[in-house]
Amino acid sequence: MATETLTLGKALNLGLRRALEQDPKVIIMGEDVGKLGGVFRITDGLQKDFGENRIIDTPLAESGIIGTAIGLAIRGYRPICEIQFDGFVYPAYDQIVSQVAKMHYRSQGKVKLPIVIRIPFGGGIGAVEHHSESPEAYFSHTAGLKVVSCASPQDAYAMIQQAVTSDDPIVFLEPKRRYYEKGPVEIDAPLADAYPLHATRLVRAGRDATVLAYGPMVRTALDAATAAEEDGRDLEVFDLRSLSPLDLRPVYDSVRRTGRCVVVHEAPGNLGLGAELAARITEECFYSLEAPVLRVTGYDTPYPAARVEEEYLPNLDRVLDGVDRTFGW
Amino acid sequence: MARGDGGATTRGKRAAPRTQKRGTTGTGDPNLVQLLTPEGERIDSATGPDGTEYRVDFTDEEYRGLYRDLVLVRKLDAEATALQRQGELGIWASLLGQEAAQVGSGRALRTQDMAFPTYREHGVLYCRGIDPIMPLGLFRGVDQGGWDPNEFKFNMYTIVIGAQTLHATGYAMGITMDGRIGGDEGEAVIAYFGDGATSQGDVNEAFVWAGVFNSPIVFFCQNNQYAISEPLERQTRVPLYQRAAGFGFPGVRVDGNDVLASYAVTRHALDNARNGQGPTLIEAYTYRMGAHTTTDDPTRYRIASEVEAWRAKDPLARVKAFLEKQQIGDESFFAEIDEQAKQEALHLRERVLAMPDPQPSTIFDHVYAHGSPLVDAEREQAARYLESFEGSAH
Repeated sequence: MATETLTLGKALNLGLRRALEQDPKVIIMGEDVGKLGGVFRITDGLQKDFGENRIIDTPLAESGIIGTAIGLAIRGYRPICEIQFDGFVYPAYDQIVSQVAKMHYRSQGKVKLPIVIRIPFGGGIGAVEHHSESPEAYFSHTAGLKVVSCASPQDAYAMIQQAVTSDDPIVFLEPKRRYYEKGPVEIDAPLADAYPLHATRLVRAGRDATVLAYGPMVRTALDAATAAEEDGRDLEVFDLRSLSPLDLRPVYDSVRRTGRCVVVHEAPGNLGLGAELAARITEECFYSLEAPVLRVTGYDTPYPAARVEEEYLPNLDRVLDGVDRTFGW
Repeated sequence: MARGDGGATTRGKRAAPRTQKRGTTGTGDPNLVQLLTPEGERIDSATGPDGTEYRVDFTDEEYRGLYRDLVLVRKLDAEATALQRQGELGIWASLLGQEAAQVGSGRALRTQDMAFPTYREHGVLYCRGIDPIMPLGLFRGVDQGGWDPNEFKFNMYTIVIGAQTLHATGYAMGITMDGRIGGDEGEAVIAYFGDGATSQGDVNEAFVWAGVFNSPIVFFCQNNQYAISEPLERQTRVPLYQRAAGFGFPGVRVDGNDVLASYAVTRHALDNARNGQGPTLIEAYTYRMGAHTTTDDPTRYRIASEVEAWRAKDPLARVKAFLEKQQIGDESFFAEIDEQAKQEALHLRERVLAMPDPQPSTIFDHVYAHGSPLVDAEREQAARYLESFEGSAH
């Protein structure tokens, strides 16, 4: 089986290429996705090989991108929409939460909208405002949408293809600060054998505390686990992968063993995904917990100027501080 | 039903009954395409702002069919309004006054054309052959509109103003990508919206997209003069049909109370679209005679004399006058149609009253195509909770 070392961005590109090859109804639409190959080059070379009818440079209007994708999906296409940056998704928010999310329900299953909405999300790249946001809670709160985030090149490659074949609309969050990190990718493995799209994955086994992360924070959590070894603490780390629906059965098992749980995400803590995780874990694991489920998150401020974003984002030290707090309870 | 040669034709199968040479309107607006005056006088042909000549050529049976449609649509709408007043519907959005715009445009669609409505297109829905009870489930609160859009080529009602214009545009892009442009078999899309919707970003984005991709779509704006209480002056400073020029496609204003002109203009625009000539914006100039929905009181925001002026332009009365003048319809014909409408309304009423409430478990159905463990767990939890009442005082 061919294994290649690819960046996460290149793995996405290859995954999109596979999806386009597999099904002629798959199309990509967005701003600058054609000749330029996207501002992050995730669609690099695709228009050249698949043509302007399948890789569509759209007018500069996000609601239009999602709204027309709905019509194309009703027509039988499987659109992959690229939103250029997280902070630009809000003009399309109404179409996503009011239309994309609800049409299957309203039509009692007669209208399927197999739409993938790709959003490069999160901070850490020194960008100006509106380019570093974490909008996952907005979408995870909306029934009818599924929300996933990849953290490794292997997952990026498989998950994007799985998302495209799903008949449910999927918000696909790409950790933009990890686009250039490399890892092994099995490029010939059948999609059917890939890790399930909505399954949480154990990425590091450990005994002493459970750390939950997704997207860009998985790398940070793993680094923290390595560093924690020096303190004699053996951390178990999960990559949630699916934010909606959540797959928490392996997490519950873990927390029942470790008795401690720390949730890490870049998004603000208030009403963020960590709140949901803490509540559910508390309900399920109450008698096993040695400490409350703790959160290490971005602050409840607008995303700050780039020169102070390292203070805002959970980093290795802040994750370790969270681990210290759970042991200090 | 009406299937006459539509749109802009140069020759008719037979000479249309005519009482007036080429003309425009009784209102003196040279840009309002009209083929039947409020007094029931036929106008042979009318010219649109871009020089397109519009005419229709219907058989007597087709004229009678159009009249039948108008009467039935009005009667069913009145029945729904009555049902709401009696507490059988939560709310109703009446089309009273807009029958001609809807029947004219609805009958202009070919079988293969796709329509994207708002929540008021009961007349178009009727023309698409959908059981008129279907939207009543939505307004009664027993479902959210359950017909199959693909079967009837008529999408679900859309309540968020203007959102459907983008869906329609995307669908139209798909027609082009499928190579289904050209000839009588070609497909076209029609998107319905109101004057208020023209202020929405989505409608303007739909115009941009449709223009840029030269999509086979007709934007059919029923300008009924009010967005709930806000008059047209709160939406625009220019006539709405003129907006199209800025997006690079033709715009035309038609007398929306004239079923013949609405048919002709729509048929022509749809044929243009299906033949690869891109979008058209049609502004059907009409008037909502009743409330926006049964929850508002139009006497708070408009004056009686205005309503009366529009009553004189009634879309049904003018067709009836025309049929009488041309001796296409007689007393017994009108009586027969009235009786048919009455029976259908009664039938509708009986069926609405018999509509069962959905089972509580249906709340959880069809949230996702592939299901969700979260929703499944909640379904079971809710079922257990409800079962716990078995045999109790509840």
